[in-house]
Amino acid sequence: MREITYAEAIREALREEMRRDERVFIIGEDVGVYGGSFGVTLGLIEEFGPQRVIDTPISELGIAGAITGAALIGMRPVGEIMFMDFCTLAMEQLVNQAAKIRFMFGGKATVPFVLRTPAGSGTGAAAQHSQSLENWFVHVPGLKVVMPSTPYDAKGLLLSAIRDDNPVIFVEHKLLYKVKGPVPEDPYTVPLGTAEVKRQGGDITIVATSIMVRRSLEAAERLAHEGIEAEVVDPRTLKPLDEATIIRSVCRTGRVLIVHEACRTGGFGGELAAVIAGSEAFDYLDAPIVRLAGRDIPIPYNRTLEYHSVPQVDDIIAAARRLVHGAA
Amino acid sequence: MEWSHDKLIDMLRTMWLIRAFEEKAEELYALGKVHGTMHLSIGQEASAVGAVSALRADDFVLSTHRGHGHCIAKGADLNRMMAEFMGKETGYCRGRGGSMHIADTAGGNLGANGVVGGGLPLAVGVGLGLKMQKRSQIVLCFFGDGAANNGAFHEALNMAAIWKLPVVFLCENNQYAISLSVKKAIAIEHIADRAAAYGMPGITADGNDVLAVHEAVSQAASRAREGAGPSLIESVTYRWRGHSKSDANRYRTRDEIEAWKARCPIQRFTARLIADGTLTEEDADKLRQEAYAVVEAAVAFAESSPEPRLETIEEGVYA
Ligand SMILES: Cc1ncc(C[n+]2csc(CCOP(=O)(O)OP(=O)(O)O)c2C)c(N)n1
Ligand SMILES: [Mg+2]
Repeated sequence: MREITYAEAIREALREEMRRDERVFIIGEDVGVYGGSFGVTLGLIEEFGPQRVIDTPISELGIAGAITGAALIGMRPVGEIMFMDFCTLAMEQLVNQAAKIRFMFGGKATVPFVLRTPAGSGTGAAAQHSQSLENWFVHVPGLKVVMPSTPYDAKGLLLSAIRDDNPVIFVEHKLLYKVKGPVPEDPYTVPLGTAEVKRQGGDITIVATSIMVRRSLEAAERLAHEGIEAEVVDPRTLKPLDEATIIRSVCRTGRVLIVHEACRTGGFGGELAAVIAGSEAFDYLDAPIVRLAGRDIPIPYNRTLEYHSVPQVDDIIAAARRLVHGAA
Repeated sequence: MEWSHDKLIDMLRTMWLIRAFEEKAEELYALGKVHGTMHLSIGQEASAVGAVSALRADDFVLSTHRGHGHCIAKGADLNRMMAEFMGKETGYCRGRGGSMHIADTAGGNLGANGVVGGGLPLAVGVGLGLKMQKRSQIVLCFFGDGAANNGAFHEALNMAAIWKLPVVFLCENNQYAISLSVKKAIAIEHIADRAAAYGMPGITADGNDVLAVHEAVSQAASRAREGAGPSLIESVTYRWRGHSKSDANRYRTRDEIEAWKARCPIQRFTARLIADGTLTEEDADKLRQEAYAVVEAAVAFAESSPEPRLETIEEGVYA
């Protein structure tokens, strides 16, 4: 199968959907000739023009309002917030307006938009350009939250997200943009709310999100050399969450390691742990549920400190080993 | 305005220090010695120096992502700045902040900012605090043309105006916010015209003329210090380099860049000082060379400085 990058996969989804559905448009900072800060929308303004690929001033609240309002009257906007950190400026419209409109209006309105935004550390961009704030959105009823880990998922999930009738926060990872993977040329979608077992194994379940899926898969290959077979489960959509796939895996392996980049305290791992502990998988657990997450610190600039702020492959291997062999 | 000989020389020296620091920063980046991103203000030195030189040494400055110039103009130690840029423990922020977060709180620089417009509401707080404490200092808040379109700008200017806070808002209009031309981002001619909406004076100054910026800020600073409230100054200038490390300049022409380079603020000021006899060509050359030497020494300091220790990674989140 043809291989393209995560960024190309996202662009391809945008292009195909804009060709198919004239209600779809792109709006954000520098998404036009500049192509977006990470080059994701490069070339789209040339094809669709400035009416459908709209450069905005640095007005994040305005962007969030623009996609909410336009969606409310029948458009299907795809907004971009240049760095997830700046969603903080857009929160009012996203949380108080977009997320609640349908419910507050008694189900009489829909707000079908996608807000794309890159999260994550690893680029040396320091504390205000490296955060993973997905769990802020997970906490808000009315929003869906998607976090693709591969080019295939990125394309398939984005298409589903655009076609979904709800506001969807689509969290990309900066370090994944240049990663290549197989993406079919024929049309396909990946439904929201379906997890995927990315690797099968019987000794331990690793539930990981976004870039941590990739790191967990690498860890799993190395663990296999020492006789530990890890199953890697990628929820892909944090909300709605495919609990069944995760629980089924844990029932089989009896051990679970949760890995995400966001800070541990208040992170999605806590939610996953609670879901697992509260399910039938509880009876199958042979060891306490372990969370491996970003440290509870802002991301530091220094390269070494930055690297050690969030889980790396070696950390995942060590945590998995401890879980399987017992605390050593 | 009366200009002392030493002050003029000092302004030129500072402009060269900024230029030298940033050329070095660019080089270190290209060599892979620093990671992350950086925003160079090459071509905008008159704006930083003109503005900060109009302050008292104990006044405060709030800076931006494009903040090396503001920091140097505020009298930062280039060794500690370069060390921060290189992520070293001896840097202003112990290597935790990097280019986008250099702060010298002891020296009155309350920090560069990674968030566009992030400094504007802070300026309200600093101004309010100064007023409550009945102190005679003021705060100069730098921000870009792009920041002027964020809600933060409008809230901050209004609050500073209604409470007559000792703030000088300095908009460095360098014509672009990344790729978005100010002409497409703002429906009026001068950002300074927005001052009227908040009930404060608005002045548009030639941001490549260090003395013009100095004069505009001097007036605004006096006004702020006297308790008459804030002002908005728009310093019209241009960034020569790309927005950050990754910029293919797809949104502007080479001709435009060259035309602005011909208005180099350092050359202009030098020519003026030579013409009026303040300086000889040799003096000017010496100033330039000294600046590059200071920066070389800063690199040596930074390179020989220790990295932060990994064990300290969780330090400093809380007081
Ligand atoms: C709130 C926010 N939105 C977006 C960004 C990304 N960004 C960084 S600099 C920049 C452009 C800033 O333009 P301007 O204020 O004119 O300053 P300049 O870069 O031209 O000095 C943008 C959009 C950011 N840092 N903060
Ligand atoms: Mg600008």
